[in-house]
Amino acid sequence: MTERNQADGASGADQPLIRLDGVNKWFGPLHVLRDINLSVNRGEVVVVIGPSGSGKSTLCRTINRLETINSGTITFDGRPLPAEGRALARLRSEVGMVFQSFNLFAHKTILENVTLGPIKVRKEKPESARQRALALLDRVGIANQADKYPAQLSGGQQQRAAIARALAMQPKAMLFDEPTSALDPEMVGEVLEVMTSLAAEGMTMVVVTHEMGFARHAANRVIFMADGQLVEDAPPAEFFTNPRSERAKDFLSKVLTH
Amino acid sequence: MDVFSDPRNLDATVSGFLWILKLTGASAVLALVLGVLLAAMRVSPIPVLRLFGAAWVNIFRNTPLTLIIFFCYFGLYSTLGLTLSEDLVRNIYWLGVVGLSTYTAAFVCEAVRSGINTVPPGQAEAARAIGLTFAQTLRIVVLPQAGRAVVAPLGSILIALCKNSTIVGTIGLMESSSVMKDLINSYGNAGILIFAVFAGVFALLLIPTGYFFGWLANRLAVRR
Repeated sequence: MTERNQADGASGADQPLIRLDGVNKWFGPLHVLRDINLSVNRGEVVVVIGPSGSGKSTLCRTINRLETINSGTITFDGRPLPAEGRALARLRSEVGMVFQSFNLFAHKTILENVTLGPIKVRKEKPESARQRALALLDRVGIANQADKYPAQLSGGQQQRAAIARALAMQPKAMLFDEPTSALDPEMVGEVLEVMTSLAAEGMTMVVVTHEMGFARHAANRVIFMADGQLVEDAPPAEFFTNPRSERAKDFLSKVLTH
Repeated sequence: MDVFSDPRNLDATVSGFLWILKLTGASAVLALVLGVLLAAMRVSPIPVLRLFGAAWVNIFRNTPLTLIIFFCYFGLYSTLGLTLSEDLVRNIYWLGVVGLSTYTAAFVCEAVRSGINTVPPGQAEAARAIGLTFAQTLRIVVLPQAGRAVVAPLGSILIALCKNSTIVGTIGLMESSSVMKDLINSYGNAGILIFAVFAGVFALLLIPTGYFFGWLANRLAVRR
């Protein structure tokens, strides 16, 4: 169904970091993921695009099992996803996730948001967690907001804090579920900048987005989804200049002409 | 003959209200702990716990408190022989606390559960996504926010509990309403005065409580 372009594993390990085999999911009668096969190698940046309702967010959320699947298998770092319980919690701690609506813990300061995982999940000492958190906040450019509450920050700042929170767990991969879709236009850039620098440092990333510019310059591969199917899988230059399917041509003609 | 100029009557009145405060205090703590546990059960992924929580709420929320208090005395104590203190009065007090907290916990549970529903699902998702377990997610992320959302309704439940604690008088504790009944029996022509004094003391205790919880709710509200 799809052509796979396997980039070489960046860190030497040959097996893909994330692998989906024959994944199907239904929401009631709605078949939202149809027989998805996908693998993401270490260090690869895969951007998932497609029309609304195509299943791209659901696909992203199945990778850390925020959505369960009905059939197929998902393996992360060589192990199949655990069903529930502590093993699943451990896996999730190794996969960073950034949400469309930021989802910073509303009753905790920005600093507490970033240190919570390291302290409670990794049992890191509070002082060392704090130092690392401040460094991460500095890196995403909001060190001076550390003691504020999420509601006091702009959307762009909140999303950068959310990225810092995910990075504090030192994840093996990062999932971005439409990270800029809820932002005012002038704040999109600051979030994409952080994501671009992460990509450049070799972080394995799966990014669901409508930002075609980001897909063009930061992605190793672009996945195009429609109606729950993985329709195309190609390097960005190839996908944007020469899409093979009618669905992708149609989609691109609508998003790129404006 | 002024009812409240007789020091014995005054002592009885003060002691009656002290029992009310003691009943309210102990039952409030127990009901809060139990109610939060029940709410946690009702949202847990384990069906047996959900069933237990739902059964507790449906049984005790829909049974008149008088029946529950009677059951604590005649059922738990007289029939089943449950003695919570060697001292007769203390025993009745603790039986009353058991009944009041069992009943009130059902209301606390439902208030906390509605509070949990005010916390956006994304909060729990983000908590799970950084690797927190179900219990940690509930304890560290969801319940603190849910609790802040239900401070005002919990205040109402506390006020209701305080007034409900007069029902322990029916199993023989000389709390305020039993004292009032005795005084009215002895000083028939001062009935209205006695009634007004007792109602006034309740108002004096509870009106500030209501305002305090309103203030606390504003102060603790989670900004989104």
